[in-house]
Amino acid sequence: MTLQAYQEKAAVCVAGCKQRYAALQANPYLSGGQKLAVHYFTVAMVLFMAQLLFGLLAGLQFIFPSFLYEILDFNVNRMVHINAMVVWMLYGFIGSVYWFLEEESGVPIVGLKWGQLAFWVLTGAVSIVVLVYLLIQIGSGDDTSLWLINEGREYIEAPRWADIGIVVVILIFFYNVAATFSAGKWSGIAGVLTLDLVALAGLYTAGMFYVTNISIDQYWWWWVIHLWVEATWEVLVGCIMAWSLMKLLGVRRQVVQTWLYIEVALMFGSGILGLGHHYFWIGTPEYWFTIGGFFSALEPIPLVAMVVHSIYDSGVHRFKNSNHPALAWVIAHAFGNFLGAGVWGFMHTLPQINLYTHGTQWSASHGHLAFFGAYATINIAFFYLAVQQARGNVWMGSELINGWRWKTAAILLNLGVLGMTVALLIAGYEQSFIERAVEGSTWAGYFAAQNHPWFMQAMIWRMVFGLMTAVGGGLLFWDLLEIGKGEDRPAAVIGDAATAE
Amino acid sequence: MTEQVPRWASETFWKKTAIWVTGGSFVLLVILTFDSMSQITAGGSRVQAYSVINKDVSYRFDKAKQRYQPVIGGDAPLFGKLLSEEEAEKLVDHGKKTVQAKNCMNCHTILGNGAYYAPDLTKAWLDQGWGAKASREELMINFLLDPEKNARTFGSNRKMPNLDITKPEAEAIVAFLKWMSTIDTNGFPHNFTAIGEED
Repeated sequence: MTLQAYQEKAAVCVAGCKQRYAALQANPYLSGGQKLAVHYFTVAMVLFMAQLLFGLLAGLQFIFPSFLYEILDFNVNRMVHINAMVVWMLYGFIGSVYWFLEEESGVPIVGLKWGQLAFWVLTGAVSIVVLVYLLIQIGSGDDTSLWLINEGREYIEAPRWADIGIVVVILIFFYNVAATFSAGKWSGIAGVLTLDLVALAGLYTAGMFYVTNISIDQYWWWWVIHLWVEATWEVLVGCIMAWSLMKLLGVRRQVVQTWLYIEVALMFGSGILGLGHHYFWIGTPEYWFTIGGFFSALEPIPLVAMVVHSIYDSGVHRFKNSNHPALAWVIAHAFGNFLGAGVWGFMHTLPQINLYTHGTQWSASHGHLAFFGAYATINIAFFYLAVQQARGNVWMGSELINGWRWKTAAILLNLGVLGMTVALLIAGYEQSFIERAVEGSTWAGYFAAQNHPWFMQAMIWRMVFGLMTAVGGGLLFWDLLEIGKGEDRPAAVIGDAATAE
Repeated sequence: MTEQVPRWASETFWKKTAIWVTGGSFVLLVILTFDSMSQITAGGSRVQAYSVINKDVSYRFDKAKQRYQPVIGGDAPLFGKLLSEEEAEKLVDHGKKTVQAKNCMNCHTILGNGAYYAPDLTKAWLDQGWGAKASREELMINFLLDPEKNARTFGSNRKMPNLDITKPEAEAIVAFLKWMSTIDTNGFPHNFTAIGEED
């Protein structure tokens, strides 16, 4: 193709996007907050695709180490892989809250214009950060690099200027949530959500300073990572899940909110001091063995409660619901969260086993299933709720037009991630035995484990299931663009009438 | 039908419980954080002063504690230069910044945290892979300056890329690694035979 042909294709593509955007802005079925939410969901899906792509590249480098050597090295691909994940999850959460904020508070969003501005600022900043990651990658060992290129701290690599931007955007989001509930009505969900956002924004600042001492560095770094992922994020999705269950199944508010409080008590009761399971080996005192071991062992309990809650409620309502894909993903969330975050976390949380598993593929195995099960699934459930409304609150029950697509996407994504998790677990077991127990954790021991056929086989299986996940992801993207189009049946009405029998 | 919700199942009961449990846990965490900070400040028994890079360092099994412990020996100045506490801190600080700016943690683990594509750096200074203590400093510097030419792949074909590390940065990284190897990590990694401890 000539350059001109490419330009023409690009022009068609841009025109298509503009048309879709104009259609979104004019969508009569969506409120202002919901339109803003769709902005967030769209970027979230794009970042999800980026996460999958860079995950595949990094995974391939385990099998072919010279692949993209000194072009896109493993550290770059892996950084984009995990950062795209963190950011798409946050976009999903922010979008979900904007989605239900008006309905929950009963009034229009107070600072919608600010919210829109914050969206574009954040998205611009994320784009610049990613471009710098890919094109500049690293800098010299000084403050300028940490401020402008990359902070080099796993998960929160974003340079300092972007950190400040993130905090400002989160504050605008927080203002919108708190002010809108204040202007309208407060509820249990509203109260928990607002307080959780204070904690979430505050904790991020614990990762925004530089210290020479690596033990102190990692102490505070875990405040951000652990207290986000194993505490405040869990409570945030608890709020989103509570609202979704009322919406999907018609569960009574009192039931949902009582469960939410139980989950908050259990989640924070185990998760805050469960932080100690990251303080076994970083130079911190020995009492963290007892505190970290005990409380982190309790961390699965709230996740069991969430499974009981969602499955019990679904059962009570005889699985009658207004949106089949969303309910399927809510159930995937309940089990995924319990298995990935709960069981997989518990398996290696006690110091006696963690001494051998810390810093091996065990963590990667746990990380894949936990982030997917706890967060990707609930976001996807919400995307389906949103798309249903955006298409005119249409039918999303059985016998959907092209219903194979969401089902296939869900099967491929869930099986793919589960497959990767098991492959990485095998690699982790092998590393714990060969590198740690037998070889004594030296570099020679590390590579003895990496070169072992068991490890290499695991990496190949991870790749196979990674590809399956990527195909599922692509199919999901396509489905979200198309599902509900041409559907003229209205959504099923769920409530006491539908569930009384 | 009137439904009487028992107190233990009521919304208010669990709301109060959630607030008390969260508040209580957080207060405990803050107290423990103050204590941990006092114990891991550089210069204490768990995290050594930066001038420890002037000393010989090893890692041995402690029979009383039943775990491996860093052991600080006699004088063994890094690159033959005895540094004051301020000079040592400046050098380790430069090393830490370089480790961050070069994004080492997205291939390696540091204190066991990071990515799993390359070996852990916690005891890199003490690894037997450097052959002998006498040639270690030079090998480490050469490797960091040109990791492609001096590749240490252990048969894996995984090579560290050239990260445009300068000589002062390389020396600073080595200082950071030597200082980090003296941190009391409660016996992590286990069963690790340090360089010079092979007998």
